Amino acid sequence: MLLVTCPYCGPRPEIEFRQAGEAHIARPAITCSDDEWADFLYMRDNHKGYMRERWRHVAGCGRFFNVVRHTVTDKFVASYKVGEEKPAIPAEAAAGPRVEIVR
Amino acid sequence: MSRFRTEAGGRVKRDKVLSFTFDGVAYQGLTGDTLASALLANGVHLVGRSFKYHRPRGIVTAGPEDQNALITLRRDAARETPNLRATQVELYQGLEAESQNRWPSLKFDVNAINGLASSLFVSGFYYKTFMWPRSFWKNVYEPRIRAAAGLGKAPAKADPDRYTSRYVHCDVLVIGAGPAGLTAALAAKEAGATVILADEGAEFGGSLLGDAVTTIEGKSTDAWMSDVVMNLAMSDKVRMLARTTAFGYFADNFVALVERVTDHLAAPSDALPRERLWQVRAKQVILATGALERPLVFPENDRPGIMMAEAGRSFLNRYGVKVGLRAVVFTATDSAYRAAIDLKQAGVDIQLIADLRARPPADVVDEALACGLTVRAASTLCGTQGGLRVSAAEVGEVNGDLTIGRKEVVDCDVVLMSGGWTPNINLHSQSRGRLIYNETTQNFLPGAPGYDNVSIGACKGTYDLSATMNEGYAAGEAAARASGRKGGMKKGFSSLGGLAMGGGHLGVVPHDRDPGRVKAFVDFQHDVTAKDIKLATREGFQSIEHVKRFTTTGMATDQGKTSNMNALAIAAKAIGKAIPEVGLTTFRLPYTPTTFGNFAGTARGDLFDPIRKTPMHDWAAAQGAPFENVALWKRAWYFPKAGEDMHAAVNRECKTVRTTVGMFDASTLGKIEVVGPDAAEFMNRMYVNPWTKLEIGRCRYGIMCRDDGFVYDDGVVGRMAADRFHVTTTTGGAPRVMNLMEDYLQTEFTDLKVFLTSTTEQWAVIAVQGPKAREVLAPLVEGIDIGKDAMPHMSVREGRICGVPTRLFRISFTGELGFEVNVPADYGQGVLDAIWREVREAGGCAYGTEAMHVLRAEKGYIIVGQDTDGTLTPDEAGVGWAVGKAKADFLGKRGLMRPDLTGPSRKQLIGLLTVDPKRVPDEGAQLVASAAPAKGSHALGHVTSAYWSENLGRSIAMAQLENGRARLGETVYITSLTGAAFPAVVADPIFYDKAGARIDV
Repeated sequence: MLLVTCPYCGPRPEIEFRQAGEAHIARPAITCSDDEWADFLYMRDNHKGYMRERWRHVAGCGRFFNVVRHTVTDKFVASYKVGEEKPAIPAEAAAGPRVEIVR
Repeated sequence: MSRFRTEAGGRVKRDKVLSFTFDGVAYQGLTGDTLASALLANGVHLVGRSFKYHRPRGIVTAGPEDQNALITLRRDAARETPNLRATQVELYQGLEAESQNRWPSLKFDVNAINGLASSLFVSGFYYKTFMWPRSFWKNVYEPRIRAAAGLGKAPAKADPDRYTSRYVHCDVLVIGAGPAGLTAALAAKEAGATVILADEGAEFGGSLLGDAVTTIEGKSTDAWMSDVVMNLAMSDKVRMLARTTAFGYFADNFVALVERVTDHLAAPSDALPRERLWQVRAKQVILATGALERPLVFPENDRPGIMMAEAGRSFLNRYGVKVGLRAVVFTATDSAYRAAIDLKQAGVDIQLIADLRARPPADVVDEALACGLTVRAASTLCGTQGGLRVSAAEVGEVNGDLTIGRKEVVDCDVVLMSGGWTPNINLHSQSRGRLIYNETTQNFLPGAPGYDNVSIGACKGTYDLSATMNEGYAAGEAAARASGRKGGMKKGFSSLGGLAMGGGHLGVVPHDRDPGRVKAFVDFQHDVTAKDIKLATREGFQSIEHVKRFTTTGMATDQGKTSNMNALAIAAKAIGKAIPEVGLTTFRLPYTPTTFGNFAGTARGDLFDPIRKTPMHDWAAAQGAPFENVALWKRAWYFPKAGEDMHAAVNRECKTVRTTVGMFDASTLGKIEVVGPDAAEFMNRMYVNPWTKLEIGRCRYGIMCRDDGFVYDDGVVGRMAADRFHVTTTTGGAPRVMNLMEDYLQTEFTDLKVFLTSTTEQWAVIAVQGPKAREVLAPLVEGIDIGKDAMPHMSVREGRICGVPTRLFRISFTGELGFEVNVPADYGQGVLDAIWREVREAGGCAYGTEAMHVLRAEKGYIIVGQDTDGTLTPDEAGVGWAVGKAKADFLGKRGLMRPDLTGPSRKQLIGLLTVDPKRVPDEGAQLVASAAPAKGSHALGHVTSAYWSENLGRSIAMAQLENGRARLGETVYITSLTGAAFPAVVADPIFYDKAGARIDV
């Protein structure tokens, strides 16, 4: 079970949280174009690697917050509050061979 | 005492004799025995039959990796546990064990005929043979195969035992309590860390428990272990878990351990759980899981009596059992020499040591020769003889070109084999650690770990005892330091003796038999032989994952602990690739078979799934109401009187509400208190309706959309104060509505000062509906004028009822004069009792959710989630009037401006009146244009609600229909599961009291 760090409560087990989709999707003004609105409603990134995501400490303090998580390894590298500066995305470590051979 | 039990020595208690039975035969063993050692002490090697060929099989190992010694343990009819490894079952007084997979008896098994027909049962046999005719698979082949297959039977009765679970944190979790694990735990403790030390065995010590000659720090292994274990046990920072298997390694150092609490007891106390699941979150994990000895793959290597050399040594030194009287040792490693010497000194006649290696290490050989043993280098076993027990081994010389030279048949009753040691990297691999393949030792070793863990000792390929203990101590100190403790100590251990574990051989040994016919087993339990694996590669399976699935090698209950490396080597050789190129199969949990009870824990019976009950649940149950599930809630469905079926009860309830009065438990409705200086503005943005001008004490029917413009939830909202709203939601929608509100409040509308509080369970809600509703409530209400003009429809008042504070709503979901009485949940039953007395006096009844549905459908009131499905706008759902068009913004405002939400293909909610008034359509039935539409024509919509209306004397239905409101009066056809589509006329969805006169009284 993952250990998720809530910026308000500290590290807590995964079952206390709910993932809430990609972070930093701003709700456009009502005057936006149909395409911009469709992007906001339906288009989300979902790549392999580090993503900024929203999580909610639903069985704890109830707060929404942001994290940087790797979608392949599940590793969380940062948690930050709504409105705080975005932490940098770490460089992707080169994937070595699954099995290294020595003599 | 049996001639197989030594005179002295071992860890068994010789004065404590235990009786047990195996297949109904009575035997005796000693306290400290496992079932395996006790059987061997009685000369019993034959313990089971193999999966496919039903070949007789014996005990091969002394540990959890045994594939053959699977037995069923029986305590009573409900406590029957199949597939336990006899090597792990601790003996207790009165133990009853049965062998498996044989009929009629272990010694004579009719299915052993499979072995004679084994040329038919090659790998892939099932896939190839039972292809035709297709229909036979389900009814003929599969049931017969299932009846013949399987090892052991699951008990037919419910498990009467308890299984519990604990969560625990620690600095350092040490898995395995052999020399590496013990020293690691010792160092971590001395460094001030909180430590959990878990070992699957009954005693701590690991490989040292089977070692009689080694000394550590000048002490015997026994004395050294006792001192260390006592030292650890005295510390309140160390939790020592024996009989505890770490079976799963999860993300972020979350490790699952199962502790077998009572399985070893003759008469367990009811106060104890059978097993305890430990869910450990460790800052650092130390893996000290040791190494497993591999079998050698030679012809007929599966006869009872052929076992691992170190197992033979362990049975002798730990349990005081001689596994035979005349042994042949067949080895490719140094460690088997130690077994030969120990057994010889105990009086076992060692016929010879056949070493596969041309030049075994001289010091190892010399020591054996000095003990009077015969050693033959460059020797192999070309076969064995014997029926239910090995009786002879065919020893052959291996020439330089790997042909076989001189051969000799050597009598024996046991063959001790050793193909080398496989580091146990299961948990390291589960933790997503990388692997290293050492080409010299032909071992996979742990590489970079996936989480904060380290492998030490034999599981890392460190075999020297002093080096292992030094590595363990250093790892314990480092782990304590990494988890924030002081650390800094250093210590070196010295030992004499230990086990030389060099050498090894992978794959089939050289022999002179026909490789296409002879059986040299790789996976004993599943009867996978070397030729099966070669066949798989010939048939095109190149990946080890495919070879595994085609042959089932490594899929036995041991998950390939002893077979994987040999299978891999044979496949690699046949394909012509290096071992790491062929790949290693994935290690998965559980490490050893784990009971379902352990996973289920206390989540069974009533605790299996949470349910929610209203404060008046027991009252409704006492009235005989059946319940229906709505989300997690149990809701009273209808209240049948004697002799009534559901239909009759619902009809009566519907009539009674419209003629006198009915009472309904509406407590499950979601309730959210929206409070704060910006509460009205928050409501303006969350709901489509305008709220600013709603007067205090008045209510409004609210519609919530999401930003896509589709209806998401609905409910009546009362304004309690300028800054306070009492919001109700649908029963099932409450959590997601609350979540959506919080989401926007916290992340979009951060300018608003509002608190949201879920009050669903704080209020009990009793709806009183019908012409006599006011008459029923009048005598009970204090401080509220509930007269027609003083309290009009859609208003809310605070006051008291039966002396209890209430929020009294005048609202209606039936179309009749109606009130909803909200009282604090704890008073719900008391207030209900008082109202119920009045209702009965007025000639009314209680009604359930079914009547509620019919009554609301008669009025065309929608149920979000039934009549809407996330694709209807408020207008399409018939509630477009609620949208506050003048508002600058609200959830859905921009969405509703999308161009694709207009046009004749959009569906609208309408009513349907079937031409045959007695016919009630199926909910979900499609609407089509004609009774027999052309193939390929599309549905115009579907029925969302359909009921028999006793008040109207006919059926009524609501439906989503393309361009529906333009079709009023037209005929459409409703499909049926039982016959042709039938006609219905499109109608306004308000079927009863269109003017709403009955509400306004």
